[in-house]
Amino acid sequence: MKRVALIGLGKMGLSHLALFNAHPDVEVVAVCDPAKFLLAPLAQYTGLATYSDHTELFEKETLDAVVIATPSRYHADLVRQAFERNIHVFCEKPFSLAAEEGQELVALGQSRGLVGQVGYHYRYVGAFQAAKRLLESGVIGRAHNIRSEAYGPVVLRPKGGTWRSSKNEGGGCLYDYASHALDLMNYLVGQPVGVKGTVLNKVFSRDVDDEVYSTLTYANGMVGHVLANWSDESQRKMSMKISIWGEGGKIVADRQEVQVFIRDADVAREHGLKPGWNVLYTTELTEEVWFYLRGEEYSAQVDAFIAAVGGDPARNLSPMSSAVQTDALIEKLIRDAEGLSQATIPARPAKEQRGLIGALFGTRS
Amino acid sequence: MERVIFGDNQFFGVNHMSEEKARAQAMRFQDTSEIIRVLDSAYDAGIRAFMCTTHDRIEAICDHVRANPERYADFVFYPCMPYAHKYANAVTEHGLLNALGKMLPDSGALGAVLKGGMSMAKRDMQGIGELLIDAEMKMFHGTRTPVIFLQNVVTDLLLGMGLHEAFRIFADHIRRKYDAEPGFITMNTPMLLKALARVGIENPIICSNINKIGFRMSGGKDVYEQAIRSRSFRPIAMSVLASGAIPAREAIDYVADLGGVEAIVFGASSKANIVQTKALVDELFLPATA
Repeated sequence: MKRVALIGLGKMGLSHLALFNAHPDVEVVAVCDPAKFLLAPLAQYTGLATYSDHTELFEKETLDAVVIATPSRYHADLVRQAFERNIHVFCEKPFSLAAEEGQELVALGQSRGLVGQVGYHYRYVGAFQAAKRLLESGVIGRAHNIRSEAYGPVVLRPKGGTWRSSKNEGGGCLYDYASHALDLMNYLVGQPVGVKGTVLNKVFSRDVDDEVYSTLTYANGMVGHVLANWSDESQRKMSMKISIWGEGGKIVADRQEVQVFIRDADVAREHGLKPGWNVLYTTELTEEVWFYLRGEEYSAQVDAFIAAVGGDPARNLSPMSSAVQTDALIEKLIRDAEGLSQATIPARPAKEQRGLIGALFGTRS
Repeated sequence: MERVIFGDNQFFGVNHMSEEKARAQAMRFQDTSEIIRVLDSAYDAGIRAFMCTTHDRIEAICDHVRANPERYADFVFYPCMPYAHKYANAVTEHGLLNALGKMLPDSGALGAVLKGGMSMAKRDMQGIGELLIDAEMKMFHGTRTPVIFLQNVVTDLLLGMGLHEAFRIFADHIRRKYDAEPGFITMNTPMLLKALARVGIENPIICSNINKIGFRMSGGKDVYEQAIRSRSFRPIAMSVLASGAIPAREAIDYVADLGGVEAIVFGASSKANIVQTKALVDELFLPATA
């Protein structure tokens, strides 16, 4: 049994509490959050030890691992404290808000032989894993374009008062949504060499970006595009989609399915597929989990972390060493966007009521 | 409890196989009369129960049913609460406590907590839970809701966290205030059964995936099968076709053969599909489990 504590009981923290608590090889011994209104019923009904201060938690509890699901700006400090006490760490994404510091933490964890895993859960989605296998199998030949898109309904009006809407705390669409899109690109095709044309645009927020667009270039000549927008009410929840164009075909993947188009009939048959379109569904791609909450990938990443802590590091598909590369890429986007003159982003035009037809076909004077 | 239940995923852009299909369905059903047309097809095919999340748009369906009592003389709603994305998005936008505040009418219990730093005492948790249930049930006033479900994200979150006492609060309030049977939707039936037994909820109605390929039957298909045969709970099978991965006849045959399943819930978007599936249920499931 691994003794685990959780720090941070927000949306992800509560979800992790359920997943870790339900894991057969885990004993959740304590939770820590400054919000006392949550701690009391947890203590009363579950018997968990509760702390409102993490230092006290670290001093009083003997832990194998800690789950850090606080607002992002606290990640680095908490990870350091855990590693210094020889505690394995599962940290929510984004890992750190400064890649240099993140790199130090990676080194610290590695020097002590500790597991560091970051919650980029899309790496555990069966469909994205299948996309990676297909890409690496060469079935679509040399890839020349990858597009990673994340859309969802988070900020839909000009207000909001959590850390997610605060620039210095790791808020904004870039850290919240685009980080996933960028991390999946790194997972699938490795790191880019260049970042161009980044736009971090506000739609409703005052302080942070609501949409992110950027062009990435790769050493082998491939081009990547990341598109993220968390002000999209047409989405029921966050949707994540990857499209990869290759010389011999195309792969499109989202959480539910993988669609593969293969040009050459012989190549297709070599891989046990049909020429033209092939569709692989989540029912075929997803491995059953011991406990399900919101998606198999969340359970799978927890299981992988516990396996890694138990001595099987290969199960960790999102080590801190790769998450810090995503952090570095996020920083490149920020620098690139700052390099763009604000004047290149036109101010929002005055609201016009032209109707759909007008919007589609009308011309502005 | 009705033996055949009509589900609502197709109306709200939920499709476990394809986001494209989900979007196409969301477009088609953004017109409420289109939903009603499909519901009418189900009702006319002999399906009396509509199991629906407490999505804002269900209110219009409730209005329609209330306005046409003769047309819907035997129609019953099986509400499933809450519509979890409503809460999840609100928590992301406002934080947990403020989101909770937005979901509730003014209440003393929450007000005290909101003032900051206060702990939530036992009675407060029960009180807040009951207020949340009442807020979700408001749209159904004047309709029949003989079974009321706790939706799976919430059931499984509470289950995993070990807040099993909340199931008791839910079940008691549903029985007392709504004179209805409490039901639980879950993706983790074996674990939930143990938790419900621990808080003294006997022979519970549990709606979960039950399908031949074991899709999203966490805890293991064989454990589900064993539990169903033991008849220690009242199972409702959903995702019987595993989003189309299993041919309909084979899928329903499997559930019928298990013996102890009390009801099947399925969703469909066309009259032809509804009639066809209902006919298969009548042929294979109802006689086998009568």
